[in-house]
Amino acid sequence: MTYFAGIDIGSTASKVVVLDGSDMVDHFVLPTGWSSKETAGEIARRLEAGGHPVGADMKVIATGYGRVAVDYAAKTVTEITCHGRGGRYLLGRDCTIVDIGGQDTKVITVENGMPTSFLMNDKCSAGTGKFLEIMANRLGVDLPELFTLAAAGTPLAISSMCTVFAESEVISHIGAGEKREDIAAGVVDSVVSKVAGLCARHTMKGDVLLTGGLCDSAYLVDRLSQKLKLPVLTHPLGRYAGALGAALIARGKAAG
Amino acid sequence: MEQTNIKLPADFETYGEARKAGFLRMKQLKDQGARVVGMFCSFVPTELVYAAGALPVGLCAFTEEPIPAAEANLPRNLCPLIKASYGFALTDTCPYFYFSDFVVGETTCDGKKKMFELLGEIKDTYVMQLPHSRDQAALSFWRDQIIAFKEKLEAFYGITITEDDIRRAIRRKNRERDVMLRYLELGKLNPAPMSGYEMGTRVDAGSFSFDLDQRCDVIEARTAEVLEQWKANKNSLPTDRPRLLVTGCPNAGVREKIIKAVEELGADVVAFDTCNGIREKVEKVDESDPDVYHALAVKYLNINCSVMSPNESRREYIGEMIDSYAVDGVIEIVLQSCHTYDVEAFFIKRFVTQEKGLPYLNIETDYSQADKGQINTRLAAFLETIEK
Ligand code: SF4
Ligand code: SF4
Repeated sequence: MTYFAGIDIGSTASKVVVLDGSDMVDHFVLPTGWSSKETAGEIARRLEAGGHPVGADMKVIATGYGRVAVDYAAKTVTEITCHGRGGRYLLGRDCTIVDIGGQDTKVITVENGMPTSFLMNDKCSAGTGKFLEIMANRLGVDLPELFTLAAAGTPLAISSMCTVFAESEVISHIGAGEKREDIAAGVVDSVVSKVAGLCARHTMKGDVLLTGGLCDSAYLVDRLSQKLKLPVLTHPLGRYAGALGAALIARGKAAG
Repeated sequence: MEQTNIKLPADFETYGEARKAGFLRMKQLKDQGARVVGMFCSFVPTELVYAAGALPVGLCAFTEEPIPAAEANLPRNLCPLIKASYGFALTDTCPYFYFSDFVVGETTCDGKKKMFELLGEIKDTYVMQLPHSRDQAALSFWRDQIIAFKEKLEAFYGITITEDDIRRAIRRKNRERDVMLRYLELGKLNPAPMSGYEMGTRVDAGSFSFDLDQRCDVIEARTAEVLEQWKANKNSLPTDRPRLLVTGCPNAGVREKIIKAVEELGADVVAFDTCNGIREKVEKVDESDPDVYHALAVKYLNINCSVMSPNESRREYIGEMIDSYAVDGVIEIVLQSCHTYDVEAFFIKRFVTQEKGLPYLNIETDYSQADKGQINTRLAAFLETIEK
């Protein structure tokens, strides 16, 4: 039996999906360490342990910013195409996919099953998972805690477009003795505003599906939906959308 | 004007080889008595410079190196082309600026036009006032500006420029436009006969070979050669590479990171709607116009640069290029803080995607390498949307 693996090496987490001819047979996530190469090696070991070793019976496509580190991949495809394909598969119809990644955020339009256009945030990490991580760190909490705090707060203004300046705004809020809940809400609000700003510059077609690691946060999804004035859908496998897309492309290629 | 003071910059010895060679070549020209006029933009009629027996040299700068120096006097959020050009002037590291007798600026975009005021403190800077529309009033104003520039050249060099001198220069420049256009239009061949990287590099390099006729001969020879090779090999050239049009700001400073990169990823850049592409070449100066200044004014005012308003003609002509070059996708390059191209991108995107039904990618960037990886991902994803 031939298997198809999609490996998505993101800046913080690496996601893996394995398909056979009809179903998903395995999926897992692991942190991307400091070396994408080592992560790729670790993934190969895990695939083997799961009974789907890399080899002649396994077609691998790699994606994500560390995609070139997967030397056993037959091909690399960008995370934009993979998120588009994977998200469309999860939702079952054409849509606009918003992926808030660790390093960058993208908006991808899927038409007739295929990604047709996309927009990506500029160099700055504002509006990405990295921004949330840095700010959570400042507040001395982890990401899930940040969202819990935020849900109980009223957003404080964090207006800077730049992560470095936004961080100093957060520090001065802390210094001024503002409630942590309000600061946390402000942090999430700032990310959501930037993502919505990106969406505003893109022609949004169909439903919005949020993929990537942050789609598990109901609070963030809710805030994004309010900002976009559109329903924002999620899927339990949303964070695997990129890996799934890569695996689907591997399977599609094999099918010819 | 007597040239008494042809010296090399004080820290010449510290310069790299290529730069030293540039300085020495320019110095040699000047020692032989050459007149050199520095300029920045396609709107300045080089015909007048040639008619004055002078050599026009392009001063637009495309490297990151002098930007920190420029930022001592200019705001950071300014287009990198403006900062780099000023930075070279400030640090005496551009042989062409250094050895220019004077430089000609023009009121195109706000950043550049204000930068010229600062430049005026370093060097004799003459500014042509470019109107930003194309109506009758603008045309007659621009014609006056062209005459004023001629008078500046006459006064500066103590010469008289006759209409015959100008007509001769018009014919030479028109021939150059023809030659360049034929070279650039090789991009219409399918499969593509050469890389867009080569096209851009060669056109830019040409502007630093000062003998106009020799420059034309070199490009003509290359055109014939490329055509020969294409005829011999066309059946073995790949046909599945997407054909791209590049539009927007001058791109020499980001050529490696965008044009070379996208060609390495498997596409061919076949058409350029840019200053070093066919934008300035398509329309020639009317040689039959009895009024040479009117002829020059019409030609130059019609350049489809985004500093003009309105500028629908740029869309029309991108549309024609898409058809005649059989383009599969359009990449627009916007240099950071270039408001005119950035704003006009709204129309270009809508036109390309909705009226021409083609994918469009907008890349805003500067001369740094910081976004190289991200740009690569976006280019790859863009090609993936074209493939299928
Ligand atoms: S883009 Fe416009 S302003 Fe800039 S050099 Fe070209 S013609 Fe001049
Ligand atoms: S690229 Fe834009 S901002 Fe820069 S000099 Fe040209 S018109 Fe001005």
